[in-house]
Amino acid sequence: MAGETRFRPHDVMRMVQRDQRARLLADDSIWLCLTCETCTARCPNGLDPARVVDALRELSMTEAPGRIPKAIAAFHRSFLEEVKRTGRMGEFGLVLRYKLRTGQFMKDVGAVPSMVRRGKLKPLAPSIKGVKGVRRIFEKCAEARRANGQEEVRP
Amino acid sequence: MARIGVFVCHCGENIGRTVDCTKVAEALKNHPGVVESVDYKYMCSDPGQALIKQSIAEKNLTGVVVAACSPHMHEKTFRRAAFGGGLNPFLCEMANVREHCSWIHEDKEKATEKAIAIGRTIVEKVKRNVPLETIRIPVTKRALVIGGGIAGIQAALDLADGGAEVILVEKEPSIGGHMSQLSETFPTLDCSQCILTPRMVEVYQHPNIKLYSYSELESLEGYIGNFKATIRKKARSVNEELCNGCGACTQVCIQKKIPSEFDAGLGKRTAIYVPFPQAVPNIPVIDRKNCARFKAKAKGILKEACGKCAEACLKGAVDFDQEDRFVTEEVGAVVVATGYQLYTIGKDQPEGLQGYGEYGYGTIPDVIDGLQFERLASASGPTGGQILRPSDGKPPKTIVFLQCIGSRDPQKGIEYCSKICCMYVAKHTMLYKHKVHGGKAVVFYMDIRAAGKGYEEFSRRAIEEDGAIYIRGRVSRMYRDGQTIKVQGFDTLAGEPVEIDADMVVLATAMRPQPGIETLAQKLSVSYDRHGFINEAHPKLRPVETNTAGIFVAGACQSPRDIPDAVAMASATAAKVLGLFSKDQLEREPTVAKVNQDLCAGCFSCEHVCPYGAVEHKEIRDRKGVLLKIVAEVNGGVCQGCGTCQATCPSKSVELQGFTDEQIYSEINALAGCVE
Amino acid sequence: MKIGYYPGCSLHGTARELDESLRAVSAALGVHLQEVEDWSCCGATSGHATDHLLSVALAARNLALAEAQGMDQVLAPCAACFSRLASARHEARNDAEIREKLPELLGLPFTNTVAVRNLVDLLRGLAPEIKAKATKPLQGMKVACYYGCLLVRPPEVADFDDPEQPTSMEEVVKAAGGTPVTWNHRMDCCGGAFSLSRTGSVIRLGRAILDDARTAGADAIAVACPMCHSNLDFRQSAMALRGEAPMPIFFLTELVGLALGLEPKALGIRRHFVSAAPLLERQCAAGKGVS
Repeated sequence: MAGETRFRPHDVMRMVQRDQRARLLADDSIWLCLTCETCTARCPNGLDPARVVDALRELSMTEAPGRIPKAIAAFHRSFLEEVKRTGRMGEFGLVLRYKLRTGQFMKDVGAVPSMVRRGKLKPLAPSIKGVKGVRRIFEKCAEARRANGQEEVRP
Repeated sequence: MARIGVFVCHCGENIGRTVDCTKVAEALKNHPGVVESVDYKYMCSDPGQALIKQSIAEKNLTGVVVAACSPHMHEKTFRRAAFGGGLNPFLCEMANVREHCSWIHEDKEKATEKAIAIGRTIVEKVKRNVPLETIRIPVTKRALVIGGGIAGIQAALDLADGGAEVILVEKEPSIGGHMSQLSETFPTLDCSQCILTPRMVEVYQHPNIKLYSYSELESLEGYIGNFKATIRKKARSVNEELCNGCGACTQVCIQKKIPSEFDAGLGKRTAIYVPFPQAVPNIPVIDRKNCARFKAKAKGILKEACGKCAEACLKGAVDFDQEDRFVTEEVGAVVVATGYQLYTIGKDQPEGLQGYGEYGYGTIPDVIDGLQFERLASASGPTGGQILRPSDGKPPKTIVFLQCIGSRDPQKGIEYCSKICCMYVAKHTMLYKHKVHGGKAVVFYMDIRAAGKGYEEFSRRAIEEDGAIYIRGRVSRMYRDGQTIKVQGFDTLAGEPVEIDADMVVLATAMRPQPGIETLAQKLSVSYDRHGFINEAHPKLRPVETNTAGIFVAGACQSPRDIPDAVAMASATAAKVLGLFSKDQLEREPTVAKVNQDLCAGCFSCEHVCPYGAVEHKEIRDRKGVLLKIVAEVNGGVCQGCGTCQATCPSKSVELQGFTDEQIYSEINALAGCVE
Repeated sequence: MKIGYYPGCSLHGTARELDESLRAVSAALGVHLQEVEDWSCCGATSGHATDHLLSVALAARNLALAEAQGMDQVLAPCAACFSRLASARHEARNDAEIREKLPELLGLPFTNTVAVRNLVDLLRGLAPEIKAKATKPLQGMKVACYYGCLLVRPPEVADFDDPEQPTSMEEVVKAAGGTPVTWNHRMDCCGGAFSLSRTGSVIRLGRAILDDARTAGADAIAVACPMCHSNLDFRQSAMALRGEAPMPIFFLTELVGLALGLEPKALGIRRHFVSAAPLLERQCAAGKGVS
């Protein structure tokens, strides 16, 4: 994504070293990272820029939530909500939530019939038996964040 | 009866401010065995030393204790003074009341008490000192130089010109090392072989230098001034006495396609070959692994194959039956100058190193290293000095040079900087631009390290006059894209990714010590670091010595360096060795281990633990010559006085002179207040 | 051979053919897949990009379930799921703090004894059987093996094949009778989770991958990840610029299945958006090969 982002992995690392927090979190570069892990695999000093970007994203959720690109925030929120609801990520539910959030109702709409024909689109799936266990994980993590003084994750 | 003289030094304010020296002298006056106890402002001064000499004579002293600074400072001074006064110097000891007392405490009362205690312990020790004589060992004024590259050559010439005999051992068929492979050298762009070959010839012709080429060190025994080296003369399959270097054999050899090591794999040679035309000695060698005749024999084929070289030789010098021979040489000092090899990016690596998968693990043709580029640029190289692509022989229109390949890359296993690459890459861009005028030279660098004389100017020349494009950033990946190589890097100064279609890529790979360096170092008992580089005795003040007495180190085998530094280091080792040889005998401190051969049971635990190999076997026979027992004997010339044997010996038969158990116990007892 | 099986969310939805072909191939090769009962989502990108602890815990829940169900290894055919599960295992191994927190977070015992394996790893191990049982080998079909990101990176987590020059997919294709081509975009990201939220990037990245595979002379691309398949297959029509011939995208299991003589229908190949029919017909028409 080097062609599409302003801050590349080495820029991100440098800014972290220089503690330029606000500047980093204000830019959408960290959200455009695909976590392809190429930076981490190649770093001659054995560092993990991919993980640093993940950590910055997590920071961003509480410190600069308004700066997250809307579509990406919508995607992650929809994904996690779906998981919280049933324990698994039902694609139908994901897409529905995403469209509702972004208003992109017409996007890929033409593909729906072909998806259905190919048996790829299953309607809203039921919850797994242990869905409470999954929700527990979400709650415990939220607790941990509160204990750390961080607010609840609300992208 | 002991008659000890104690001399307490004020050392100006150094000791006097914190320790009441007069009081110390007073207190020690009453110590059993002390007959004289005085204090003085500066004991190391002439009057101070005179005091000691006078006292020895007047009071018939049997021992002297100077309570002052550290023995590291002035032990020699006071021992000389004692000797001047007629007392065996080893009956004089120092009690350190400065570094161990006045310099580290503030409470005057307590410091004074401590100084008194220290004084007492040393008095008790000295009472039990025995007179010792300096050990003198003979010196063989011949030096062994291992490695015939520029460092070895320089060392050999300086030593030989300095009057010492030199044995130069080189494992390749010719001396010259990597410098002979270079095209031109920075910063002058001198033709490398032109400045090197006169030295090579000088070595060959020098009356004081004996050259063993195509030979390796088999073993080294002995100690400083008295080494015995066994050298393996590998079988050339050519009789050196008869060969006149005509080269007829190489003309007729049927194996012509063997990759040439001298041409870094880019050229071809025959099985019987001379590595390069200016080789010294100009005597061929048969590569038995690739020779048709030897290969057939190895397969068990009875009929003799080929043999054309022997037929063509008018002197009958080819000798297929020649075997490795061993010679021994006695030398007094050894110089290690084995040089370097280059790191490769391939998948197959020694332990601790990794290759560069992101650059194709060395499978992409036209991706070469620095030495290969030198061979392309060299007039005597496989392309006659034209820069051509190994894959199709066409001249490259764009060459990308990458610095720091392997070097400064902890993930690949090499964290150090190889020092020379920034300079030779600049040189390479200049050579390329001089030969291919319209060519584009791009250099990817992290830093430019150009610290030598004229080096910074030289690199700027590459950029400002010869138009090399320098991009600060690394190349993350390269791959083959049809006929060219796609190089994906980053320009950190401009802040953008860079993609280049290169016709050729030259990698500035890391410098490493030669393969087999660990084995050689173990034969010499010298230490080396985890990369194999030989360890110097002290990185700042003793850069050309090793911790093994009599063995010196020069050149890139100690750490990456360029030619001027290698030459300077080699000359430095020659100076050290000549200094060693300037005396007929070496003097050594006699505070070495000594075996009580009556008590010794001959278990040789001491030999087992001695790091210096100083323990020898001594046969004890009766008057009839019947062997009674074999006991240990310490060679005073080798023993470094570490005391490990004393700590190990189960029967307490071996002790350090001046540091016997009895002496140590008496010191402890003195501290505890129990004095006899 | 028995192995735990963690399908992951997409194998029951848009990557249904991966599940189908995997089951078919496993049956043919005598591998018994024991699905982790009541498995839950691993969290994928949305997990690790927003909440580290959550991402580890969601993945670890499945490892804990597998452990409780007596499995010693679990196959995660989706490369992203594989990466998340392997990461959780790696972190629990090396980070004492996380290791201690997990059982409480999960409400389940967890001793991190279950190994995580990816699809290519499994198939590579079975390569000799595949070769032996290939009744309809691929007749030299030129296949570009596309690894994507998470099968081999990050190296310490994936712990599988060389992160720069892997060869395992090629080994499987060869065993199935195909000819792997040498090409360069083998491990460049397909755009991953941006399929919905930043489709433009996916189109750009996918286009480069397809172009390179075509230049290398590939008949088809083999993938081992539902995300990669979707991005290269479902989104392929938007990538065509100059009316290039479509490039069928196969799951590795589908290719193996074809070689083992299984029916394309059983392998789910008809579910692809870019039809594989023309290629398969050509192979058939060439006188030998696959029907």
